Amino acid sequence: MKRVMVWLPLAGFAVLVGFFFKGLSLDPGDQPSALIGQSFPMFNLTDLHTRQKLTKKNLPNQPFLINVWATWCITCKVEHPYLTELAKTIPVVGLNYKDKASSAIAWLEKLGDPYVIQIFDPNGRLGMDLGVAGAPETFLVDSNGIIHYRVQGEVNDRVFLGEIQPLLETIQ
Amino acid sequence: MKKFLLIALFVGMPNVSAGTIETYQFDSPSQEERFRKLTLELRCPKCQNQAIGDSDAEISGDLRDEVHRLLKKGATDVEIKDFMAIRYGRYVLYSPPLDRQTLLLWFGPFILLILGGAIVVLRIKRSKAVLDRGESGA
Repeated sequence: MKRVMVWLPLAGFAVLVGFFFKGLSLDPGDQPSALIGQSFPMFNLTDLHTRQKLTKKNLPNQPFLINVWATWCITCKVEHPYLTELAKTIPVVGLNYKDKASSAIAWLEKLGDPYVIQIFDPNGRLGMDLGVAGAPETFLVDSNGIIHYRVQGEVNDRVFLGEIQPLLETIQ
Repeated sequence: MKKFLLIALFVGMPNVSAGTIETYQFDSPSQEERFRKLTLELRCPKCQNQAIGDSDAEISGDLRDEVHRLLKKGATDVEIKDFMAIRYGRYVLYSPPLDRQTLLLWFGPFILLILGGAIVVLRIKRSKAVLDRGESGA
């Protein structure tokens, strides 16, 4: 019994080291969205280009991605070519977040516009309802309007092939 | 002069932490106090470990605005915290509510304390017993 007790502190220490080691590879900012499994929030905004009213009814009736972006966001520019390619296989809705309409339109004219619709959210209202903390963020939504996945940061092969594609197969 | 500078430093310090609420208008001092408390209890979703009342991140500013707006609308503290947790997850609550999911979080430390105390008491008792035996043997 005594011999076991002697090793107890070392065992405790080993457990702590295990936790700390695991902690090294965890990103505390990388939190799962609170909206996974929830219905896409209601909104009442306008289309960036046509300035027509947009509500939840205007969203695609099939699984789609919604990409939160802005002209002040550098990573958005980085992921833009990738999203342009993706948009050939799955509808990508744009959510122009806390931006100026003229800058956003100029940005899309220069870099290309792969989005099926562009929701203009200058005050970040819909962004807040989606739990958006910055740009870019991208959500996967199914045909019933249920949110299945959210990524904070760039969409690339690792994210799309590794995370989004497998989910897409289950919801289709 | 040194004394004056020291006094100036301490007088100036509280103003630094109050800097973030200067631009808001409140209906009452108690509302302002609730604002201050809430913005220190809600965590910035984009920062490592900062309250929204303590962070310069863009999103923290937005969330402070939202807390202010909800307060003005007459929302209760619980409603405001729920508003944030629904959107940004429980991650943003610095004092999470007590329920099944947070049971271990709330009581874990006490369980460890009791466990540690029990071990200490046991050891003391045993060493006393050993000592007593040694004495009677002598």
